[in-house]
Amino acid sequence: MSALPSYSNKDLLAILQGTRTIAMVGASPKWNRPSFFAMKYLQEKGYRVIPVNPGAAGTEILGETVYASLAEIPGRFEMVDIFRNSAAAGPITEEAIAVAGEKGIKVIWMQLGVINVEAAAKAEAAGLTVVMDRCPKIEFGRLHSELSWGGFNSGIISAKRRRVRLS
Amino acid sequence: MKSSKTPGFETRMIHAGAQPEPVTGARQTPIFQNTSYVFHDADHAASLFNLQTFGFIYSRLTNPTVAALEERLASLEGGRGSTCCASGHAAQMLVFFALMGPGDRFIASNRLYGGSITQFGKTFQKFDWQVDFVDVDDPETVRQALTPKTKAIFVESLANPGGVVSDLEALAEVAGEAGVPLVVDNTMATPYLCQPFDWGADLVVHSTTKFLSGNGTSMGGAVVDSGRFDWSASDRFPGLAAPEPAYHGLSFYETFGDMAFTMQAHAVGLRDLGATMAPMNAFQTLLGCETLSLRMERHCTNAKAVAEFLEGHPAVDWVSSAALPSSPYHGPAQKYLPRGAGSVFTFGVKGGYEAGVKVVEACELFSHLANIGDTRSLILHPASTTHRQLTEEQRQAAGAGPEVVRLSIGLETVEDLLADLDQALTTD
Repeated sequence: MSALPSYSNKDLLAILQGTRTIAMVGASPKWNRPSFFAMKYLQEKGYRVIPVNPGAAGTEILGETVYASLAEIPGRFEMVDIFRNSAAAGPITEEAIAVAGEKGIKVIWMQLGVINVEAAAKAEAAGLTVVMDRCPKIEFGRLHSELSWGGFNSGIISAKRRRVRLS
Repeated sequence: MKSSKTPGFETRMIHAGAQPEPVTGARQTPIFQNTSYVFHDADHAASLFNLQTFGFIYSRLTNPTVAALEERLASLEGGRGSTCCASGHAAQMLVFFALMGPGDRFIASNRLYGGSITQFGKTFQKFDWQVDFVDVDDPETVRQALTPKTKAIFVESLANPGGVVSDLEALAEVAGEAGVPLVVDNTMATPYLCQPFDWGADLVVHSTTKFLSGNGTSMGGAVVDSGRFDWSASDRFPGLAAPEPAYHGLSFYETFGDMAFTMQAHAVGLRDLGATMAPMNAFQTLLGCETLSLRMERHCTNAKAVAEFLEGHPAVDWVSSAALPSSPYHGPAQKYLPRGAGSVFTFGVKGGYEAGVKVVEACELFSHLANIGDTRSLILHPASTTHRQLTEEQRQAAGAGPEVVRLSIGLETVEDLLADLDQALTTD
């Protein structure tokens, strides 16, 4: 695992709880690709995930229309989840900054292995929250004890009983 | 954003993996004695079978009680994830099943537990998995044994039974240069005494039957993955990095990153080898983990006192314990096991094979049996038992010659242990 960057459980949970709609850049229509896994999981948890992939624009992935760019997505979304390599994360972040006000973007989330420090600094300067080198599916599962079901080290120690109720 | 602070070892040995059960509030981890789990609908079932979501299907693969132990061991070792299984031997099987193909080789210490030498040297040959046993004290010897087919280096942090401590840092360097994982059996040390991942190990295996469960009640094993090995750096680990035909061409490393090994060990290893840990055994082992630090401290102080007593005893030829300054491994023990050199060690009784057998049979308080890491003190004559399947040469290399007696020192009053050994050594 990469030593940097690191984030507190509290901050990551606040991001995931404050998000309802995610634009997933690099979403794949192939069912056995990692992005497809993440999209399906996040949908099942109640998120709306809008795929962005120029090569598949106009088609549908998991019931959602695919758009060629962030700017073309009608409506608002709080998070941009970047499923591309670290270099590609630069221009995608710049595009997100450009449409952040209009689209309501608050968070730039770069996937596992995706780290672009310059892009992150620009996004933070523009008032956006940035997470790098993490997967929202894995973090959601980790913070809600589901990752533990697979024998993984969640890093979470708590004697509190989780409440099961509408919140 | 600030990172979350990791709680201390003792806090994790009680709490890691075991939040209150959310439906009932049960504080102790429940024993989920069930085989299977209800799906929400067909799509949920499909997601689970495709490994697209987290959850339980069938207890051969995963079970909530076993998962609690897996997370606890992963936390205590500082790893990414862990896979529990039926025994320490099953853990070794899971490791090599993920790494090896027919014709592949691995390097192992020639001073392993006798049962491991037999598993690697005899049974693994039926899969055409070849082992090269070497003296791992000299990293150069290990380096020279490397071949293009070598897929791993396997050692015990603290060897059973001889009081031998492996130079993990040097061995990790050799493994790293060769692009193969260093696999460390940490059974004898436990994560309380030794943290192999801090010295560069990639995978840790345990027989949880020993100190982790602690009372001699429950068979079990575990593989803990550091999550740091890049399985895609070469084409040598297709089981982890190449498309997996049994999962429609999914690559574990590409899809799960640092979780790949643990995913593979459950979804392919346990699924198809079937060596699952029983939920009851996971529960007993969770209880053991809760007191690990306290028990290991007393195991170590009792064992050191017994080793010192035997070293001064006229009927004893030699004592091999890394706790003693006379041991060549005393220095390495202070580096790798600073809290104590464990509680299992050997001594040589004057008079050879017959004398060894006599001491074992004359003990009243020490139990004559083939296990280690119990609350009770245990005694064994390896040459006639655990190491019986080996050749004389292998027995000598493993520190299990004819005069050797193995002790696993328990938590009894130490004066009682000394008195029992004294009468056994002096009885005619």
